[in-house]
Amino acid sequence: MKSDRKANAAYRGLPVIEKSPTGIAGLDEITYGGLPKGRPTLLCGSAGCGKTLFSMTFLYNGAIQYDEPGIFIAFEERPEELVKNVGSLQYDVQKLIDEKKLAIDYVHIDPNQIDESGEYDLEGLFIRLGFAIDSLGAKRVVIDTVETLFGGLRNQLVLRSELRRLFEWLKEKGVTAIITAERGDGTLTRYGLEEYVADCVILLDNRVQDQLSTRRLRLVKYRGSAHGTNEYPFIIDEQGITVMPITSSGLAHDASLERVSSGIPDLDAMLEGKGYYKGASILVSGMPGSGKSTAAAHFANAICASGKRCIYFAMEESPQQIVRNMRSVGLDLDKWVDKKLLKFSARRPNLYGLETHLAAMHRDVRDFDPAGVVIDPMSALMGAGLAGDVHSMILRLVDFLKTRGITALFTNLGLGSAEETTTQMQVSSLMDTWLLLYNRESNGEHNRQLYVLKSRGMAHSNQIREFMLSSDGIKLREAYIGPAGVLTGSARLEQEAKDRAAEIERQQEIERRSRDVERKRREIAAQIENLQAQLANEELLSQQAVLRDDKFAADRVAMATSRQVQRSGSVAKSTGKARARSEKP
Amino acid sequence: MNHPDGYNLRLYVAGQTPKSIAAIANLKKICEQHLDGRYEIEVIDLMKNPELAQRHQIVAIPTLIRQLPEPLKRIIGDLSNLEKVLVGLDIKPT
Repeated sequence: MKSDRKANAAYRGLPVIEKSPTGIAGLDEITYGGLPKGRPTLLCGSAGCGKTLFSMTFLYNGAIQYDEPGIFIAFEERPEELVKNVGSLQYDVQKLIDEKKLAIDYVHIDPNQIDESGEYDLEGLFIRLGFAIDSLGAKRVVIDTVETLFGGLRNQLVLRSELRRLFEWLKEKGVTAIITAERGDGTLTRYGLEEYVADCVILLDNRVQDQLSTRRLRLVKYRGSAHGTNEYPFIIDEQGITVMPITSSGLAHDASLERVSSGIPDLDAMLEGKGYYKGASILVSGMPGSGKSTAAAHFANAICASGKRCIYFAMEESPQQIVRNMRSVGLDLDKWVDKKLLKFSARRPNLYGLETHLAAMHRDVRDFDPAGVVIDPMSALMGAGLAGDVHSMILRLVDFLKTRGITALFTNLGLGSAEETTTQMQVSSLMDTWLLLYNRESNGEHNRQLYVLKSRGMAHSNQIREFMLSSDGIKLREAYIGPAGVLTGSARLEQEAKDRAAEIERQQEIERRSRDVERKRREIAAQIENLQAQLANEELLSQQAVLRDDKFAADRVAMATSRQVQRSGSVAKSTGKARARSEKP
Repeated sequence: MNHPDGYNLRLYVAGQTPKSIAAIANLKKICEQHLDGRYEIEVIDLMKNPELAQRHQIVAIPTLIRQLPEPLKRIIGDLSNLEKVLVGLDIKPT
């Protein structure tokens, strides 16, 4: 945006302030390009807030990156001390001195050695500086700390007018200068130097809060240029100075439709079968031992498995410990570390203040350019600052990661219920997906449960699942939902066993009944058969009787016939006897 | 260095400014009055030898340095305050 404006101004022929980049990550963003070129900048701050390192970095980067030789006028430190001190930032100043790209001039003023008699000026200083600038062709100058003169020289009036002249002279020389000054009590500088150096004033600050110090930088003014006005944290470590511009101007990050696997197939299934959105912020909160880190490691593993980079910010465990622990659930994170896809960044939360953590994370992200980031646990940072500060820090971090389209997973240690601390509540509104991990106690055991509390922009499952850690990673089981509520663990197993027993019993009952029916059917069939047999028997008997009767009748006829043939005197008698005989059998 | 207890004085100036001219004149007068031939004055113009400013740790102009006798002493200013110069150079009025 700024460059557009600048381009426009240049196009319209308007004068634009030329800038001299500091090469300090972040500072050039806040100042939209660097310090005002060819003008002095006042760098003020109390003792130990990094003024000297800051200005040396300006010269060092100028000499190395921008081919602008520099002069360091040191009032407080000897050249050999300076070279040694910045050696801790891995600046090889001696090499630059040998290559005539940088010169250190130590101005020693010992008030005990100096008497004053009559009028004087500081022409000697001008001559020294002028000679040094000319012999190196210097474009950058640092004067650290010119106020030492106030202690060495008594005539303040002369001193002030000479300083004013010095700053004007620096402008005429066209060098970009940093003049450092001690912070005064209630004023920017102890001797009011801000009156003379009016173009650009940078304030450095090193505040201690809860025994943690945080370095901050603020652009008090920058004449003729837009600039960020906030306080920006910065860090000084072996990689130099990093200033962190905090918030992007608006909520303008892209909303990606791309999905990123959570690394847990069962969880992906709960999130429309696809996982998180790319660039989303995911909060995994739960009690101790509920599996937050394991869920985070699965996520990191999934990112790396897709061939992308991931940073794991470990706040409580060492990388080795995490790698070892995750091996027990079947994740080989070491592999990704070796392939330079996974980077562990382990820092004790109380190592430094929140802002510094933020700045360090910022730099790591910038350097490593990951697709995913894990902060485990976010709650560890609560100890490093006040709740409000933590909130604003997380906000900035989320903002920063979103702008870069980085999917971020934060774990948060929360005791008890979901709607926990206010911080968690505040932070949760920044999160796109919130996974809750419970650790429910029942029947003398704790069982893990997982629930997708929210997941913006997707139809996520509303079910509570049982969360199981196996040697094969995280598995989510359908929780048992019965008349007694959701059952997990052995209660679920027991209930399932009971159900199985009941089922078997029912099966057996059915079998028994059907056997009964079968038996009855067979019995009845047998009865039917029996009766049929009886019937058949009866029929046979009756047929035989009929046949016998017929036969008998026939016999009687035959007998009567024969009797008539014999014809003796007693027909009636024999007839009666014969009938009785025939009826007897 | 002809004098074993002699004064070796160096005066640093920058061109012919009023202060420089005054300082040279004042120094000569003081030495003539109080050191009676036991001195040697060297005037160095930093405009001509700017590299000496750093080497000799000069900030203010004019600067008078007492090289000898030891210890090294510095007086800055145009030396218009006689007493201060005498005290600064450790010269006892003769």
